[in-house]
Amino acid sequence: MALNRIWVYAEATEGKVSPLSLELLAKARTLGGTVEAVYAGADADAVATTLGAHGATKVHSTGDLSGSLAGVPVASAIAKQVADGNGPDLIMFGTTYDGRDIAARLSVAVDKPVITNNVDISAEGDDVVVTEPVFGGTKLVRTKFTGGAPYIALFRPKSFVAEESGGAAAEVASIEVTDAGQAKVTNRHVEEASGPKLDEAAVVVSGGRGLGEKDNYQLIEDLAKLLKAAPGASRAIVDAGWVPYSYQVGQTGKVVKPTVSIAAGISGATQHLVGMKGSKNIVAINKDPEAPIFSVADLGIVGDVHKVLPKLIEALKAR
Amino acid sequence: MHVVVCVKQIPDPAEPGKLEGDNTLDRSGKLILDESDSYGVEMALQLVDKAGGGEVTLVSMAPNNETSGLRTALAMGAAKAILVSDPALSGAGALDTAKVLAAAIKRAEPDLVLAATESSDGYTGTVPAQIAAILGLPSITFAKEVHLDGETVQVQRQTEAGYDEVTSPTPAVVSVTAGVVEPRYPSFKGIMAAKSKPVDELTLADLGVDAAQVGSAGAGQEIVAVDDAPAREAGEIIEDDGEAFTKIVTFLDGLKVI
Repeated sequence: MALNRIWVYAEATEGKVSPLSLELLAKARTLGGTVEAVYAGADADAVATTLGAHGATKVHSTGDLSGSLAGVPVASAIAKQVADGNGPDLIMFGTTYDGRDIAARLSVAVDKPVITNNVDISAEGDDVVVTEPVFGGTKLVRTKFTGGAPYIALFRPKSFVAEESGGAAAEVASIEVTDAGQAKVTNRHVEEASGPKLDEAAVVVSGGRGLGEKDNYQLIEDLAKLLKAAPGASRAIVDAGWVPYSYQVGQTGKVVKPTVSIAAGISGATQHLVGMKGSKNIVAINKDPEAPIFSVADLGIVGDVHKVLPKLIEALKAR
Repeated sequence: MHVVVCVKQIPDPAEPGKLEGDNTLDRSGKLILDESDSYGVEMALQLVDKAGGGEVTLVSMAPNNETSGLRTALAMGAAKAILVSDPALSGAGALDTAKVLAAAIKRAEPDLVLAATESSDGYTGTVPAQIAAILGLPSITFAKEVHLDGETVQVQRQTEAGYDEVTSPTPAVVSVTAGVVEPRYPSFKGIMAAKSKPVDELTLADLGVDAAQVGSAGAGQEIVAVDDAPAREAGEIIEDDGEAFTKIVTFLDGLKVI
């Protein structure tokens, strides 16, 4: 069997394991072999219960990184395990800021490729094959690792469904960081919107450049509130500084798969479509009938968001 | 103050992308400067200005000797470019790309290396950190603000929840997001000047990189299939006659989300 031992890099915020990490654990369990987690943080014992319940038998913990940016120290710890002959056949990362840094550094340390942006993986005989969407998700490229283990792969959020295995708390074992790195985090800022989270909400309402100006984003906030939805944004208006990065839905940013996604004044650049075309239903409002967003919309309104949104908000308020 | 900016010349993203017979991206048409690289170029020019002098060097690689995208960045104000051009680079993966760029950057001996967070064609988002690892430098990725203070670089780095303030000694590799600065448009004078700016074309052999280690020969990965993704079924598109909002209400009602 090609995959005897699989590691999943797990991330958590304030003791809560990220949904993406749990999704990867669920997929790892279907590939055969032992599933273990790698974790960087002071609270490995606390997250070991959740990780165990999702199928990890062991948590390889670096302990607290004391303010170091994760890339260098975590990659050094994993690389040492590989060098000592204790490494995995496959290591799965989520497409996160730290996940990309660690996978990149690890690939150099062990001189193996890292394959990114995957939405699926399979073990076929002795071949390990990953699937990556390209050209805005219209084509699927399947790539086989040919350079031997450890295989390093990054996966997009919401590619798999998280599922508990009923396992006991994972055993925590220390792995040694051999290089703490020179980049240090001196301060953290949280600027997430209050209310439902983008990647968990049943309804997402996103706004784009078609809103015209920053103040009009209030229409998105108002509509989101009425629908108990999470407000989102295209990269264009995030880059323009209208809303913080944490609002961004797209290839970079959050991937959403809600019951319904409403896109207002968004043309539908590949960057955004990749982050939301997995929504079960899509409603689009845009004044340009040629906008690519209409190619994925279940209900498309060719019209002015400044006219449609206020009427929609009034109608919902009246209910 | 010497800043190297990694730039990529890519097929125009506005045109539909095509794959070659060997499943590499068709790059035979006109190549342009990846728009996401224009932010790194602009940031580098501003940092050099603030430091009171120095220059910006571009580093790029291509399987052919394409320079049209580099000329755009030179016209913005970069002083010179190093282009690693070798047919053996066709099919290069992210790690191979990083090895080649790192070898070229090493020659330039910069105080700071800037890159985009990811290219607009391959978008692996790993090359900047891989370059740093190869060169043994610190890296700070996904920067939305960059300040230089003597031998220290201070960065606001995006996170899932907001941003972190991160600091590192230089030389370092920093990847910048789109929107970090407003890229300038090349002036007519800049465009004319760019025509005579030096572009140093190097082969893998010039850099001392083994061609068997990079490109599809050394990628450690092989594309086995390219298939059409299942398409979404076409929906109902209507023109707003002033009452289209009722359609949305009915649609949402049907989904039981209101």
